[in-house]
Amino acid sequence: MTNGSAYVSMKDITKIFGTVTANDRMSLDVLNGEIHALLGENGAGKGTLMNMLSGIYIPDSGHIFIDGKEVQLSSPREAINAGVGMIHQHFKLVDVLTALENILLGYKTGILLRKREREAEIRKIMDRFQLDVDLNKYVYDMSVGEKQTLEILKTLYRGAKVLILDEPTAVLTPQETVRLFKIMRRMKEQDCAVIFISHKMNEVMEIADRVTVLRKGRTIDTLNKQETDPQELTELMVGRPVDLSINRTARVFDNKVLFVKGLRALNEEGVEVLKGLTFDLGAGEILGVAGIAGSGQKELCEALAGLYRIKEGEITFKGENLVGKNPQEFINRKISMSFIPEDRLGMGLVASMDMVDNILLKQYHYSQGLFVKRKPAASKAKEIIKKLDVQTPGVNHPIKNLSGGNIQKVLLGRELDSHPELLITAYPVRGLDINTCHKIYDILNEEKQKGVAILYIAEDLDSLIGLCDRIMVISNGEITGIVDARLAEKKQLGAMMLGKKEEEYAV
Amino acid sequence: MNTVLVIAFLKAAVIAGTPLLFATLGEIMTERAGNLNLGVEGMMLMGAVMGFQVGYSTSNPLLALIAAALAGGAGALIFAFLTVSLRSNQVVSGLALTIFGTGFAGFVGQGLVGLKLSEKFSAGFLKIKLPLLGDIPALGEIFFNHDILVYIGYLTAIILGLYLYNTRNGLNLRAVGENPAAADAASVRVTRYKYLHILLGGALCGIGGAYLSLVYVPVWQENITAGRGWIAVALVIFSSWNPYKAVFGAFLFGGLDIIGFRLQGTGIVISQYIFAMIPYLVTIIILVVVSFKKDRKNAPPKSLGEPYFREER
Repeated sequence: MTNGSAYVSMKDITKIFGTVTANDRMSLDVLNGEIHALLGENGAGKGTLMNMLSGIYIPDSGHIFIDGKEVQLSSPREAINAGVGMIHQHFKLVDVLTALENILLGYKTGILLRKREREAEIRKIMDRFQLDVDLNKYVYDMSVGEKQTLEILKTLYRGAKVLILDEPTAVLTPQETVRLFKIMRRMKEQDCAVIFISHKMNEVMEIADRVTVLRKGRTIDTLNKQETDPQELTELMVGRPVDLSINRTARVFDNKVLFVKGLRALNEEGVEVLKGLTFDLGAGEILGVAGIAGSGQKELCEALAGLYRIKEGEITFKGENLVGKNPQEFINRKISMSFIPEDRLGMGLVASMDMVDNILLKQYHYSQGLFVKRKPAASKAKEIIKKLDVQTPGVNHPIKNLSGGNIQKVLLGRELDSHPELLITAYPVRGLDINTCHKIYDILNEEKQKGVAILYIAEDLDSLIGLCDRIMVISNGEITGIVDARLAEKKQLGAMMLGKKEEEYAV
Repeated sequence: MNTVLVIAFLKAAVIAGTPLLFATLGEIMTERAGNLNLGVEGMMLMGAVMGFQVGYSTSNPLLALIAAALAGGAGALIFAFLTVSLRSNQVVSGLALTIFGTGFAGFVGQGLVGLKLSEKFSAGFLKIKLPLLGDIPALGEIFFNHDILVYIGYLTAIILGLYLYNTRNGLNLRAVGENPAAADAASVRVTRYKYLHILLGGALCGIGGAYLSLVYVPVWQENITAGRGWIAVALVIFSSWNPYKAVFGAFLFGGLDIIGFRLQGTGIVISQYIFAMIPYLVTIIILVVVSFKKDRKNAPPKSLGEPYFREER
């Protein structure tokens, strides 16, 4: 097989789920020795298409050719035998096993494990692809980046020549992303076909050789990266011209409302997760919080919202001490705070209930009498649908059947309805497509104009830099710096996320 | 205290612990596949009654054991079908199996109550003193002068240990119990692994029950297991899903089972009901300690009790 002819070829693939056509006669050609990006919004059919190539779904019609031969891939096993491996967003690793044991899992050779012999084989692959994995480390001790490298190694060890990476950078720090891109380039040099699923334009422009754009279950076009630009790709992806820049509205208030001083908290295991955080937040200000997942963001949010036990420190909001009070007391004292948790359906909303009931949950305290009143909540629900452009069959439709973006809008709409003065948002745009993201940014900017103090926790540095006034970086429960977002650089933020202190506080 | 008495007591503890050992090993195998089968008591009873029935009518020890294993396995098959194929609630299914097994044993055993197995049959379970090992002072008498099933119990524990920690299939099994999605992605046949180990686990429980009706008692009486199935479920936690520790735990709990009875002869008066409570108290203490320690190696299989759907991601 020489470079230039398609190694993987998917032709006229159709997949229908119930009444939804996820893939409508889609086609894709991937060469070996290339990095091929699949670009599309949520629901464009990227995932479905790749799940068919990796044997998880079976196409309703269409043909898949690998290395010129037609194949039927009806299970992940058959896919890997055909040389296709997929690195899922959620790693398929067993925590209590070592890296080596995870690689050997499901591998067909005799009854005994023979770890030594296998290890030698694995080391050869590690050398060939320049992967760095500690084979005797337990997975539960690994960072996200290490786990991802292990997944890649596992897939390569099984002889994959086609690697599908499903939004691999979503969980990585900028430094880890650089490392991943190096591995991807190495795979390309070794003549593998790499398929890179993403909706991050800058990464696609950096790493891909060719880009296939998908929209609403159809293949729109395949372009050479050299012959295109982000603007064109976005327009193809969204289907109409879009403004990519994030708006940062000017601040109109300058009084500080929230002061946090020396905040410490322990987790269930007694490990200190917040190590003395001190910061403040002004009215009409968006303070971004950047950090590697699990650096204490969740604990910080919950501590502010009165849901996490605080060991030491002060939280003062408009002169009132919040430490030691629970959410019910906040309500009683008319402290108007809203918390949009990262786990929308777990903590934010009740998945199986409809919009009206979810709104009622927040309101029934105030109503008089024995019975709840549905009517006002229903009209409020309709208001939210109209104002935030929520796509739903009706107010009585269970929340869990809505798409991620619409769920987030419902949650935001409900919280903003109480006119909070402090808004805590944890990963509000996670998993949302570019249109909805911008809608959420606009909503946050609107609230900022009204003088709401906003704490914005996010993982995407572009949105942090674009939207926030200041960015606070936390690493392992400590603040490593608070920088002015207008002057912030991604490289510097990335270093601070990994624990490098930023001594110059440019406020 | 008199050494002879102590040795006799420890020896009896091993015998009393043997049905627990079989059932515990069976349940370890089941739970390692990620399925919590609370039907141990039921499967033990099914094995006990079928073993006795076949042993009584054929006087053939081997056939009796096979019948017991099949009966336990049949109970487990119901559980496996409900929880693996239909993905129903494991706790409810297991409890139902216990109730079913109790009823089944009562029904089949109606005509067997008070019957005694033939001497020809019992000759198959005479004590065999092992050469060399049996000559070790004290230990030889305690551990290596028993009937064949006790030795099979030791062997099963060792084989299961080697299987879990040193073979490819054992690794796959542990992965199925921890994270079936990961195992599935690594092309382990999750459903097949679950079925196979639930069935084998049930067969071991059946043999555990049969040890009671064929060797320990060996007369049929209603509800012959008397809650030992529940002790086995507790023992799985006590031994932190490790077959080697299960041997120690089973004999310890076996000792607790008989100590009340034995002490009556010595004039020390402690109610036997106190001793009947101890296994559960110890289990509760172990649970508390484990949850404080947060030790990941002694933690239960992570997907224990959860059904697995491939499509749900």
